[in-house]
Amino acid sequence: MPSVTYIEADGKEHKVDVAPGLSLMEGAVNNLVPGIDADCGGACACATCHIYIEPDWHGKTGTRNEMEQSMLDFAEGIKDNSRLACQIKVTDELDGIVVRLPVAQF
Amino acid sequence: MSVAHDQNTSLPSAYDLPLEDIDVSIAQLFQTQQHFEYFERLRKEDPVHYCKDSEFGAYWSVTKFNDIVEVDSNHKIYSSDKTIVIGDADPDFNPPMFIAMDQPKHDVQRKAVTPAVAPVNLAKLESHIRENVCEILDGLPVGETFDWVDRVSIELTTRMLAILFDFPWEDRRKLTWWSDVTTSNPAQVGADASIVNEEERKKELMECLEYFMNLWTSRGENYEGTDFVSLLATNPDTMEMSNDPLEFLGNLMLLIVGGNDTTRNSISGGVLALNQNPAEYNKLRANPDLIPNMVSEIIRWVTPLGHMRRTALEDTELGGKKIKKGDRVVMWYISGNRDDEIIDRANEFLIDRDKARHHLSFGFGIHRCMGNRVGEMQLRILWEEIMKRFEKVEVIGEPERLCSNFVMGITEMMVKLHPLKA
Ligand code: HEM
Ligand code: FES
Repeated sequence: MPSVTYIEADGKEHKVDVAPGLSLMEGAVNNLVPGIDADCGGACACATCHIYIEPDWHGKTGTRNEMEQSMLDFAEGIKDNSRLACQIKVTDELDGIVVRLPVAQF
Repeated sequence: MSVAHDQNTSLPSAYDLPLEDIDVSIAQLFQTQQHFEYFERLRKEDPVHYCKDSEFGAYWSVTKFNDIVEVDSNHKIYSSDKTIVIGDADPDFNPPMFIAMDQPKHDVQRKAVTPAVAPVNLAKLESHIRENVCEILDGLPVGETFDWVDRVSIELTTRMLAILFDFPWEDRRKLTWWSDVTTSNPAQVGADASIVNEEERKKELMECLEYFMNLWTSRGENYEGTDFVSLLATNPDTMEMSNDPLEFLGNLMLLIVGGNDTTRNSISGGVLALNQNPAEYNKLRANPDLIPNMVSEIIRWVTPLGHMRRTALEDTELGGKKIKKGDRVVMWYISGNRDDEIIDRANEFLIDRDKARHHLSFGFGIHRCMGNRVGEMQLRILWEEIMKRFEKVEVIGEPERLCSNFVMGITEMMVKLHPLKA
């Protein structure tokens, strides 16, 4: 199973296995990784699953879709590598991916 | 137009009516709490329901959780332009506000005021709110019967608003008054118990505008504040707004109302829910760490805003029904929050429920509540401080409820405080 590393804002790392087909949001929530609220349950409608993709992986995760862009527009601390975790599906190609969590979801 | 419903005659049971005659927009249903039964029937038998005639005209009711998320996040088809409540806007007096705008204007204005409630600013607000919570709680008469709504719910939300607007402290109850005047418009939400007539409403709101205009002029140019007025006055994208007084007024009304009734009724509703569910109150006493989770559950349970309305911009389909361009589409959050296909044991108030944040009360999509973190923070701090002081906030008698299909409000709730046993 692909491995995913979530790094909390204070540097704490969580390395977990996530089945292909699940989203990075589900990977965090199912493994009790703190820092992702996912209030809308993955509908791209709340922006409380905001993450930063580490530079090495940025190119492999695709680009923001239109709704995702709109939702990110109102979130806090948005950077070029900001994404909504519910919009990225885990695949074998993403095995080893590293993502960072913001200080707080907003 | 259907006849006005007398508050004292009780309305028929939902199951005694032909499905097609069900009209959930009748404000009295919410006052008597019969709305739950009506929505239960719609969710089961006709989740996307067409009501061909009501006080507000024909409208669609969207009653299931997932259908509501679909409408709320599809802003290209379901427009918020001009009005977001079931009744149409008054064409002669409809101050523009960004909750009732579509992209791109909505985005620009929302971004201008967001910093006031962003996490960095919230951290600064926290101690300020706590001081006020403590002051309010410590001033309450222990052992006597008093109205919790007035002494705590209204007082706390009003102070919070005064802080967010950096509003003259001694005048703060004006904010409460302007908020009540704004939300009690019968033509829009069926609030029979209107507190002012149409003429007075306009006059009061114009006074509100004038008051804020004065604040605004005193805050232009080099003023550095993170309150709502300063943010609007200094952001390059919104500073021209003072040239369009009506738009300034509209956004003020939004910010005043947005943070007022909603939090107020969550504060009252939480006390009531714990009284009605003593086992949950016991859980809370045994484990105050449940407070953050309980706050989300309270907000789901109360659903402070019962609905939001959209207008279809094109023909479309929802839940197998054909919606036509121009149709009114009402998302009943109050119903979706009791949808047991999505929320486990949805009709039970459970403070330790799993995935408590997964509720509709803040809406979803680009209009999702901007102040949700402030609202949650106020409730969290309040409950932390209540639990340090009182064994029980006991509700005495039945609370009075507001007559509105929009604000799920409690207007009076008598309580008695029982201090912690030493
Ligand atoms: C428990 C408390 C609250 C509840 C239940 C609540 C509920 C809502 C709902 C349902 C919406 C519309 C969402 C949609 O159309 O999808 C909304 C929007 C909004 N709320 Fe809240 N609210 C609360 C507290 C606050 C507070 C404290 C503030 C401000 C200080 C606030 C400011 C706003 C604003 C400005 C909007 C418009 C957002 C937009 O159109 O982009 N709310 N709120
Ligand atoms: S979970 Fe809501 S946007 Fe991702």
